[in-house]
Amino acid sequence: MIDFGYCLTPSSTIEIDDADLRLFDELCNAEPDAIKCISCGSCAASCTAGVFTDVNLRKVLLCLQRGQQKDVLPQLKSCMLCGKCHIVCPRGINTRHLILSICKIYNI
Amino acid sequence: MRERFISGFDYFVLPFMVGMIFVLLWCIIGIIKIMVQLERKDRIKLYKSLVNPVIMGKNVRDWFGDCLFHVKLWKRNKVLGYMHSSIAFGWFMLILIGHIETFLYIPERGGLFYYPIFFRYFMAVESPTLKGSLLFFLMDFFLLVVLSGIILAIIKRFRSKLMGMRRTTKLTLLDRVGLYSLWAIFPLRLIAEGFTAGVGGGSFLTVPVNWLFASILSKPENFTIAWWAYSIALGTFMMVLPFTRYMHIPAEFILIPLKNAGIRVRRPRKGYALAELYSCPSCGVCLDACPMSVDKAGLKNTTVYYIRQVKRRNEPRALAIADKCLMCGKCSVLCPINISAIDLRLSLRKKQSYNIENDFSYLDKVPNGSLTSAISVGGEKVLYYSGCMSSLTPVISQSVQKVLTRAGIDFTLMDSQGTVCCGRPLLLSGRTEEAKALIEKNKQIIKESGAPILLVSCAICYRTFEEDYDLEGIQVMHYTDYFEQLADKGVIKLKKQEHKYVYHDPCELGRGCGIYEAPRKALARVTNLVPAAKERKESICCGGSLGSLTLTHEERGRITENSIRNLTANSPDAIVTACPLCMKTFSRQSDIKVVDFAQVIAENMIEEEE
Repeated sequence: MIDFGYCLTPSSTIEIDDADLRLFDELCNAEPDAIKCISCGSCAASCTAGVFTDVNLRKVLLCLQRGQQKDVLPQLKSCMLCGKCHIVCPRGINTRHLILSICKIYNI
Repeated sequence: MRERFISGFDYFVLPFMVGMIFVLLWCIIGIIKIMVQLERKDRIKLYKSLVNPVIMGKNVRDWFGDCLFHVKLWKRNKVLGYMHSSIAFGWFMLILIGHIETFLYIPERGGLFYYPIFFRYFMAVESPTLKGSLLFFLMDFFLLVVLSGIILAIIKRFRSKLMGMRRTTKLTLLDRVGLYSLWAIFPLRLIAEGFTAGVGGGSFLTVPVNWLFASILSKPENFTIAWWAYSIALGTFMMVLPFTRYMHIPAEFILIPLKNAGIRVRRPRKGYALAELYSCPSCGVCLDACPMSVDKAGLKNTTVYYIRQVKRRNEPRALAIADKCLMCGKCSVLCPINISAIDLRLSLRKKQSYNIENDFSYLDKVPNGSLTSAISVGGEKVLYYSGCMSSLTPVISQSVQKVLTRAGIDFTLMDSQGTVCCGRPLLLSGRTEEAKALIEKNKQIIKESGAPILLVSCAICYRTFEEDYDLEGIQVMHYTDYFEQLADKGVIKLKKQEHKYVYHDPCELGRGCGIYEAPRKALARVTNLVPAAKERKESICCGGSLGSLTLTHEERGRITENSIRNLTANSPDAIVTACPLCMKTFSRQSDIKVVDFAQVIAENMIEEEE
C-alpha cells in the first residue's frame, strides 16, 4: 500500500451492549455512589497525585461504566487517598471508599 | 466470739464458692492469655514496669483512684461518681473488713474463701468488746454505703436523665441477669445478717432489721433460707460475670499495669486489646460523646457497640463500624477508662485488604528540591508545608505567607509546585505500609532543605509529622503555636477588633496533639472570643474527617450541622478554625462567616511604621 502520510484512525465506537458490566454492577451494589458521577472532572482537577501522574478518577469511572477497565485501573495505584476529590465532588460521592471498593472488586 | 458450728461449713456457701472459683479461674486464664498474646518487647516492658517504683506507685494510685474511687467519674458527674464509688469502695471495704475480722478472731479459717463473706453466720458473739463493736459498726456502715449506691443505680436504670446521661446502652440478656443479681446481693445480705443479728451480732443497721424480722418471722430456722438467697445471688452474679459488662471490674485491675507500662493496641482482639475490650463497662458515655449519634441510627456505630461486636467475633459488623468512625477521639477522652477506641478500630482496619498494590515509585522521579519555592538566605529559616488540603483553601497559605513576610522571617514553601501527601489519610485507613513511601519522600525533602523549623498549617499533617515522622532535631510547629510565639515576642503587632468570634478545636489539633491554648491566646489578642457550648476536649468533629471511610455525604452533613449549632450557641460573628478541612466543611453549611486562624491574624496585623 502506498503511504500517503495519513491513515484511518481505528474506530473509537464504544459497544456498550457488548461490554461486560458484571463487575461494574457489583461495584454499584457495594457503592451506590458509583452511578452518581456526572464526570465533571473536579476530582481530577484537584488531585494531589494528579500533579505527578496521569491518575484521573473521572476517566476511571467513565471507563468502568463502559466496561473498558483494562487500561485505566492501574492509574489508581498512585492514589494517596488524601480525600481532596471527596471534598470538591459536587455530587457528594465518597470517592475515597469508592476507590478502595474499585480496587477490591476489580482486583487490580 | 466463738464459732457456731464445729465444721465451719454449711451447704449454703456452695453457690458462692462455685461462682468464686469460676471467676478466679476465668481471670487467671485471661491473664495467661493476655501475657501469651503480648509481643515479646511489650512483655519485657511490662516486667520492667513492675519493678519500677514510680510506675508501681502509679499503678497503686490508679487502682484506688480509678477502680475503687472512680475519681474521673466524680470530676465529671458527682451523682454518678458517688454511685460507682459507693458500690466499688463499699464492697471492697466489706470484703477487707470481713477478712480482718476473720484473721483477728478465727485465724485458722482465714484460708477459706467463704468465711469472711459469711462471717456473721458462722460466728456468735458472747461478750461484745469495743474492738468487735467497732468492726461490726464499720461493716454495717459500708453496707449502708453500698445500699445507697444500689438505690441510685436502680433510679438511674429507670430515669437516666436524672443522672445527667441522655442515653444509656442497651443491655444484653446476661447483662440483665448480672444487673439484677447485683442489685439483689446487698439487700439480701442485709436481710440475712439481720436474721442472724440476734446470735451473730450486728450494729446499727442489722440489729433493727433483726427486731423487725423477729416480730414478723420469729423462727430462727428461717435463717438459712435468707443466707441461701444471699449466697445464690452472689454465685449467680459471679457465674455470669465473665459474659457481662461487669467483667470490667476485674479486667480494669489488669488493664492499669499494662497501660502504665506503655503498652498499646497492636491487634484487634488480642493481647492489650483483649484487656481493653473486657474493661469496657458499657456505661454509654461514648453514646452521648459520639458525633455520629446526632442520627439515631448512628448510635450503633459508637465504641461501646463496636466492642460488643468484636467480643462476639462478629467481624463483618465490627469492620463496618470501624470503617464508619470519624476517628475524632472524643469517646476516648470522655471514657472513664480511656479506652483507645481509635487504635482498636485502626488495628481492625489494618487487617482489611483492598487488593491494591500502591505504586508510589513516581515520587522517586520527583527531585526533592523541585517542589519547594526558591530559598533565600539569612534570618531564621522556616520550611512551610501547607499540605494538600490547603490547596483547596488557598487563603490559608496566602495568609500564613503574609504573616511570615511581615515578620521578616526567611521561609521556604515546601510544596509550592505540588504536594506529597503527609500520609495520614493512608494511615487512618489502616494502610501503614503504603504510607511509608510518602513519609520517606517528605522526610527527604524536609531534611534536604536544612531548615530547623517545619511550620505546618494543617492540623492533620501536623499530627502525622509529630507522631509518625522521625525528623531528628527539626522542630515541627503548628502555625497557631508559632504565630502566638511571634505575637508574644512582639515580632508581629496585632490590633484588637470588637468582633465576637468562636474558635473551633480541630480534632487532630486539640484531642490529637493537645493544642488548645495557643490559638485561643493569639485570637484573644485580636478579637473577643466567645465560648462554644462544648469546646476544648469536648469539641464536636466538623464532620469532614478523613478518619471515616464509609460515612455518606448526608450523614456527614448532619454532623456538620450539629457541630455548627454547638459553635454558634453564643451567637458569634464568625467561626475561626485552624484546619483547612474543618474550614472547607463548615463554610459549605454555615450561615455565618468561617475564617481560618491565619486569616484573622493576617488581617489584624499593624502595618509597620517606618
